[in-house]
Amino acid sequence: MTLALDTLGRLESEAIHIFREVAGEFDRPVILFSGGKDSTLLLHLAIKAFYPAPVPFPLLHVDTGHNFDEVIEFRDRVVAQHGLRLEVAKVQDWIDDGRLEERPDGTRNPLQTVPLLDSITQHKFDAVFGGGRRDEERARAKERIFSLRTAFGQWDPKRQRPELWNLYNGRHRAGEHVRVFPLSNWTELDVWNYIEREGIELPDIYYSHQRDVFLRDGMWLAEGPWGTARDGETLLRKTVRYRTVGDGSCTGAVESDASDIHAVIAEVAASRLTERGATRADDRLSEAAMEDRKREGYF
Amino acid sequence: MSDLLRLATAGSVDDGKSTLVGRLLYDTKSVLADTLDAVHRASADRGLTTPDLSLLVDGLRSEREQGITIDVAYRYFATPKRSFVLADTPGHVQYTRNTVTGASTAQLAVLLVDARKGVIEQTRRHAAVLALLGVPRLVLAVNKIDLVDFDEVTFSRISKEFTAHATALGYTEDAVVQIPVSALAGDNVVEKSANTPWYSGPTLLEHLETVPVEPDPHDAPFRFPVQYVIRPRTAEHLDYRGYAGLVAAGTVKPGDEVVVLPSGRRSTVTKIDTADGELAEAAAGQSVTLLLADDIDISRGDLISVAGNEPTVTDELDATLCWLAEKPLRPGARVLVKHGTRTVQAMVTELRDRFDEQNLSSVDGPASLELNEIGRVALRLAEPVPLDDYSFSRRTGSFLVIDASDGSTLAAGLVGAPLPLLENGVESCSGGSAATPDNHALVSPGP
Repeated sequence: MTLALDTLGRLESEAIHIFREVAGEFDRPVILFSGGKDSTLLLHLAIKAFYPAPVPFPLLHVDTGHNFDEVIEFRDRVVAQHGLRLEVAKVQDWIDDGRLEERPDGTRNPLQTVPLLDSITQHKFDAVFGGGRRDEERARAKERIFSLRTAFGQWDPKRQRPELWNLYNGRHRAGEHVRVFPLSNWTELDVWNYIEREGIELPDIYYSHQRDVFLRDGMWLAEGPWGTARDGETLLRKTVRYRTVGDGSCTGAVESDASDIHAVIAEVAASRLTERGATRADDRLSEAAMEDRKREGYF
Repeated sequence: MSDLLRLATAGSVDDGKSTLVGRLLYDTKSVLADTLDAVHRASADRGLTTPDLSLLVDGLRSEREQGITIDVAYRYFATPKRSFVLADTPGHVQYTRNTVTGASTAQLAVLLVDARKGVIEQTRRHAAVLALLGVPRLVLAVNKIDLVDFDEVTFSRISKEFTAHATALGYTEDAVVQIPVSALAGDNVVEKSANTPWYSGPTLLEHLETVPVEPDPHDAPFRFPVQYVIRPRTAEHLDYRGYAGLVAAGTVKPGDEVVVLPSGRRSTVTKIDTADGELAEAAAGQSVTLLLADDIDISRGDLISVAGNEPTVTDELDATLCWLAEKPLRPGARVLVKHGTRTVQAMVTELRDRFDEQNLSSVDGPASLELNEIGRVALRLAEPVPLDDYSFSRRTGSFLVIDASDGSTLAAGLVGAPLPLLENGVESCSGGSAATPDNHALVSPGP
């Protein structure tokens, strides 16, 4: 045991400190948990923060209905294994009763915002942990660790509070809530290095496997309940893996032979594309796509 | 050598900060291909012939429209020698509060000046803020050196003027390095410039990679604000009662005698627990759980300190405030103070003086403290709180001033008067070595 913390040790310590601050200052926190790598990492850190006591928060998943089966199976297994409580808000329910309308392009990622905000209101959640990292995208680079949202779930960059030292101000008015990002200072490579160091299990689709995919807008999309290849697009069997896991209609696979964590780390270290740029069609919509979605109350 | 450096940028609007940061990211190959493509596209859309590197960092739509940075942005880059967390802070006067934010955790700050304009009001203001918050090291980047024809005399004049100002603020000459750069063209940012043969120092990146980083203050007395009490109440851990927190200063070992403040009860550390097992010792920056020998009442907000070298427990204090709110501070204001993990009601009983960062002097008994002003106040707290001087411990000597009605953060608070000038005052910055270096500059923020 050395006294000087390395980079991963510092990041872990900072994240644990953030979890404990929220536990100490909020009444009804919740962790957004999809079974993807960032939320799995969040949960791992939460478990460490309160060891040997159980995590004092429930989990919330906004399920687009377009998720990969492997990820949902993984999600439910992790929840059972740690004896956690999971709330699932299904986008399909919102579509069925008319609160939401399916988009013409079939993409459901933008539809997550309303079920998320409705769930926050319904359960009176006052702190919502997300796995967002500042290295993901330019608008996220300006995000606070404690990010105040209005009663409408909206993010106003000019109302964000200065974050000084490691003193977080979580005060909010009734109906408002705070999004909390314990992974703010992690990079994609830090995440993978930590997953390796801690031996954290992830859904299999993060590692290379055979899958039928088709090329659309420069991304390899898989077929699923969200649709399949259209005219002019051909289904091909490829060796691929996912760098991010989101809505199947807009999350692309990358061609990769990285079948284990070591190979993934080598690949990420050598990659010349950001993980969002490589695999998320929703961020390509406009130059300010992420900023606009954040203002509306997206993660 | 530490593998992580936290740095902040500062400088006034249009000095080229975003371009410099973009240049650092670009030249260290930290910009990935798709991001770069987007910058090339956006630059071309605006009719520019070369990529505008500031687009790499100016994230918000309103910033891109106005071409200025309006909020602190965090950037991450790495070289084989070190990882960097960079807080890119805005220069516009109305956003000086973001400089305070960036500086509060920085181990080094890069202050930009425009070679054509030299040291201006914002430069002096930013340097004062950096000194006040205890940023240990400064780099003065004299930018746009190409626009003064790489003139050595201009560079020397600006360097000299700034160094005089910085030493008056308490920096030693070793703690301040001056580098002539052109962020736009890349001179002396990553690659040594052929245009400045008279400059023999390091490039900006070389300096950032090799500058010593002060370690966390391990030799400081142990301080541990309790965040949360861990009580599993499970069959396996029926009587477990652990105090969770982050070591703010010093080190702790099982067997150490400690005092719980403000109650003053004493106990002994029996165990330092983590999810990865027990530790033989924990140090500043580590999140751990302490178990004590005695069953005493401890809750969030308490501070566990080494016995024999404890902070002062008091309900009255002198403090320096960086006022960050539009609404001015007036004597008699009722606020909340968040110190460590404890939030208490407080009243500002007196505005002692306001710091004039232009003349490095103070104005006695101001009627108010306005946005971006720095001043010394007297505070009365509703209950006693254990306080260290900021110059002694950055983590246990700092606090937030919070508006009780809307919850906004009103001020950055520092226990005591970290800038010696507020006490003494100096005639002007022309004296050069007017003030002695102070120790506060040697405390590192971590993690």
